[in-house]
Amino acid sequence: MEKFEKLTGIAAPLPQINVDTDMIIPKQFLKTIKRSGLGVNLFDEMRYDDDGNEIPDFVLNKPQYREAQILVAGENFGCGSSREHAPWAIADFGIRCIIAPSYADIFYNNCFKNGILPIALPQEQVDVLMKDAEKGANARVTVDLEAQTVTTSDGESFAFEVDAFKKHCLLEGLDDIGLTMARADAISAFEAKASTERPWV
Amino acid sequence: MSPKTLYDKIWDAHLVHEAEDGTCLLYIDRHLVHEVTSPQAFEGLRMAGRDLRAPDKTIAVPDHNVPTTADRVNGIENEESRIQVEALDRNAREFGIHYYPVDDIRQGIVHIVGPEQGWTLPGMTVVCGDSHTATHGAFGALAHGIGTSEVEHVLATQTLIQSKSKNMKVEITGKLRPGVTAKDITLTVIGRTGTAGGTGHVIEYCGEAIRDLSMEGRMTVCNMAIEGGARAGLIAPDEKTFEYIKGRPHAPKGAEWEVALAWWKTLFSDKDAHWDKVITIRGEDIAPVVTWGTSPEDVLPITDRVPAPEDFDGGKVEAVRRSLEYMELAPGTPLSEIEIDTVFIGSCTNGRIEDLRAAAEILRGKKIKEGLRAMVVPGSGLVRAQAEEEGLADVFIEAGFEWRLAGCSMCLAMNPDQLSPGERCAATSNRNFEGRQGRGGRTHLMSPAMAAAAAVTGHLTDVREMM
Repeated sequence: MEKFEKLTGIAAPLPQINVDTDMIIPKQFLKTIKRSGLGVNLFDEMRYDDDGNEIPDFVLNKPQYREAQILVAGENFGCGSSREHAPWAIADFGIRCIIAPSYADIFYNNCFKNGILPIALPQEQVDVLMKDAEKGANARVTVDLEAQTVTTSDGESFAFEVDAFKKHCLLEGLDDIGLTMARADAISAFEAKASTERPWV
Repeated sequence: MSPKTLYDKIWDAHLVHEAEDGTCLLYIDRHLVHEVTSPQAFEGLRMAGRDLRAPDKTIAVPDHNVPTTADRVNGIENEESRIQVEALDRNAREFGIHYYPVDDIRQGIVHIVGPEQGWTLPGMTVVCGDSHTATHGAFGALAHGIGTSEVEHVLATQTLIQSKSKNMKVEITGKLRPGVTAKDITLTVIGRTGTAGGTGHVIEYCGEAIRDLSMEGRMTVCNMAIEGGARAGLIAPDEKTFEYIKGRPHAPKGAEWEVALAWWKTLFSDKDAHWDKVITIRGEDIAPVVTWGTSPEDVLPITDRVPAPEDFDGGKVEAVRRSLEYMELAPGTPLSEIEIDTVFIGSCTNGRIEDLRAAAEILRGKKIKEGLRAMVVPGSGLVRAQAEEEGLADVFIEAGFEWRLAGCSMCLAMNPDQLSPGERCAATSNRNFEGRQGRGGRTHLMSPAMAAAAAVTGHLTDVREMM
């Protein structure tokens, strides 16, 4: 997994609540058996018309946001389906960080498995960052995972919370399956005990 | 010992390891797998040269992509769908997991097959790369959706890295009124809490109205816990649960049944357990409901009217404006005047035998409105067979419904069952998101009986007028 340490980049504003994973990546793109190549279909139904032409008003189609690496959005981002195709599409587009007041659980966890940092901040702070993002490509936001801060183009800084283990994995780019497999003895011991206590399982 | 919730008890029974920072490793008893969210996980195992830790605890069935028309015996026409189902076939056989292929009568929606075959049992941890895994919570199992990376993690280690959620109690007191179903309960709860109301929590549903529900009704309630944002939904097991499980193919038998039963009977929340959040709704106050917008929280009694954006606060104002534009609905329109083109009865929310019985009850001796497209997609091949045996299939067919084979179908429209742009559907499924049932399609969620009533009149209808 790609490490996430510090990122300075363009933030794209998407001031919409309840952005669901069907919006992020519609079902017709879930038929792939690969993880890559989904960026072109990120927000497909909001981004393209029925004939496949770009809808110029959609934020990621605007010239100043085509290279966005950060997305600022409304509350409950990523609700709905568990499809990891959503973070795959986001990462494939080039977005490495999302900032919103809150996230749906499964999406939030899926982000960390794909080198994406989802930051939850109070609504007032997201509002400030949204305004900053609306300034366009010249307003670059800096996200520092080690220091746990987001800094606007005006130098205003906000601290954010992140689970210590998730932070560690993201900073180091760690594969957590490998980490868990190092605990094989504990898993075997659990299985031995469980097979006596709950043999029907 | 301090009092515990049901969630606490299941959690404690599955804790493999707790790190100093509070990160926990939780053992997984059942891993359900379908074709859409698993190919990359199996591929990941292969690339890393890893084995499956517990193939006997892993159960696979194709459901999302499979066509539901009779010609599916000839193979899947859509190439991408076919490749995905073939990948599952190959992975299931290569890794030696339990498998119900498309031509097996037990094939169906993964969340209907699991309980039907007795794979889902009280006190278990159950995961699947699908958010509606919450369904299995109806048995008092801790069940939730996971992403594909986590699917790979479970395949390789039979565990998940987790941090503990908070406890939320949703109590439905008293009795339900006639015409009110499990679907109305679960939609009403989401309408009350919002789609993020349960975020970070595991919900336990309790109260007389929940106890009174059948196992199938309880599955409908828990199925949509995810739509309320919760990690999982739970209902404590009771005699109804044990009765439902007994004799199913993978349920414990003989002496093992007795040992299991003794443990299952300890699975309830202690009297003084701590709840981080409590919601109480009177069963009598719940009406037959429908959704009017593009979020499952956009729910109102059928007797109500389409709201206006100004009726809301904050970010919801703009969301409702967008939603009404997408749904092409004007504020103030009575919900019962909304005309539909399509009716879809099925899904992991409402594709079980009791759902089909409830819909057939309304349709008996009636015809669907002329020009309407209506389909019933049973949740499994066994549900379908039972419905045929009970004569329900004849009721649907005579009314003008298409009688399909089992699958997820129009709930998420990954197979050919889709809405065209602008089409409006009365659906028994779980999500009314933009484009969910097909690009530009409009979805109104409701119970099977309400969907059947809408099929007869051609508009959203208060089922109580037809009872």
